[in-house]
Amino acid sequence: MRREAALGLTLLLAPAAAMAQAPLAAQGCLGCHGTDAAGVTPVPGLAGRPATELVAAMTAFRANEKPATIMGRIARGYTDAEIAAMAAHFAALPAGGAR
Amino acid sequence: MSSTLSRRGFIAAAGAATLARPSIARAQGAARLVVVGGGFGGASAARFARLAYPWLDVTLIEPQARFVTCPYGNLVLAGMRGIDDITHSYDGLRARGVRIIHDWVDGIDPVARSLRLRTGATLGYDRMILSPGIALRWGAIEGYDEAAAEAMPHAWVPGDGAQTRLLRRQLEAMEDGGVVGIAIPGNPFRCPPGPYERISMIAHYLKQHKPRSKVLALDAKDSFSKQTLFQDGWKQLYGDMIEWVPLSKDGRVVRVDVAARTLETEFGTRHKVAVANIIPPQSAARIAIDAGLADASGWVPVNPRSFEARAAPGIHVVGDANIGAPMPKSAFVANNTAKQAVASAAALLRGAAVPEGVYFNTCYSHVGAEYGISVVGIFRPTDTGIVEVANSGGVSPRGDLAEQRRFEALYADAWYRSITEDSLG
Repeated sequence: MRREAALGLTLLLAPAAAMAQAPLAAQGCLGCHGTDAAGVTPVPGLAGRPATELVAAMTAFRANEKPATIMGRIARGYTDAEIAAMAAHFAALPAGGAR
Repeated sequence: MSSTLSRRGFIAAAGAATLARPSIARAQGAARLVVVGGGFGGASAARFARLAYPWLDVTLIEPQARFVTCPYGNLVLAGMRGIDDITHSYDGLRARGVRIIHDWVDGIDPVARSLRLRTGATLGYDRMILSPGIALRWGAIEGYDEAAAEAMPHAWVPGDGAQTRLLRRQLEAMEDGGVVGIAIPGNPFRCPPGPYERISMIAHYLKQHKPRSKVLALDAKDSFSKQTLFQDGWKQLYGDMIEWVPLSKDGRVVRVDVAARTLETEFGTRHKVAVANIIPPQSAARIAIDAGLADASGWVPVNPRSFEARAAPGIHVVGDANIGAPMPKSAFVANNTAKQAVASAAALLRGAAVPEGVYFNTCYSHVGAEYGISVVGIFRPTDTGIVEVANSGGVSPRGDLAEQRRFEALYADAWYRSITEDSLG
């Protein structure tokens, strides 16, 4: 029953994985920046970047003060609170991705 | 043969393949989330449920052994991708502890909260995520039925990929100078920019290999997604190769003749073509209609926050089958709203309030090999429906912007990799 013991361990670890889930408002980011937010060339990673930097970038995109291919159109859809929550979440993730 | 089995009995009956590892260790009495349909909506729901709510017992029911995506199917037609590049395994979901049953669901009983599989077994659920996709309305275009689709492919519901491969083979076999006819339906339908990306990708192939050929697009509407961007790109890349005929210029195809290879429009014009691609009018998939979830439009009205069917709380309907307007019927919307639906199901199972939603969509389209365009939308639920956030989103800028187009083509590739991983990985 070694397999069952190992599985039990997996289940014990599962809540930690759940805590690392992006807030619902940030789930949309993962569709282009990668499921672990580590980036998919040439789309940059978000994971592990300082929250202040992410907030500054999104705020500048939203104000049309930072050149954008697509992010200006996206940033204008989100509130300050949502941007702050996304930034806090991604800042806490490992830069190279979870795997 | 029909029998009701306990969950454990059911697993045993379903055979060794479904005795997948993590199911053994699941707690007895765990809340059962059953996901029907393994496209972008259903796969994303199953994966997100295991990641975010590991206390849920998650079963995914999907007839196909592998998932052939609609997105990037047009690049297969262009010869820029192979069918294997858009074919994905469900092993990633299995490894995350999703129990996968490859079978058809023949009936849903929303009152008893159970469903019936084609193999005869009955399966109970506490909450269902139903992401069944679309049905093609056979006969809505006279003469266009399942048999006709073997000669005039739709390539709009990939199934095992046979339809996409068939259309590709027909394009390859066509002689230079032929006309490729494409019939395009009115709204709403799966993937609003899809037919126009398809026009582009077929023209891309023809320009390289059969430059005297034409694309004749016969449309049942007068305007379409990213229209000016597509038309700018067509002119720039393909000159006169593409002719788009709108509804008001007799563009609506009402009849096809497979033997004569003609497409006939509303006012009686018969267009003889070498290859015909018929994208017929659509509805929610049959299973949703049979379960009484659709309204007279053929699509499923849902609560804009929980995505529960108006007709059956307990069944969250996501993906192309629901009425999500102004959101498009897209892979990204299916992926994104599936997570909201799962979060809502988990909250309701625990007696908590449904979370506030914000929904996101980006649809990239390839116009040429290094020429991408996009439309972005951010949406929020209200008490009366879903609304797009004012002054946000929208389409790529117009103009001679080679770098913008090149980057968007690359971003599209990154999107495809990300969205498939975020759904199946």
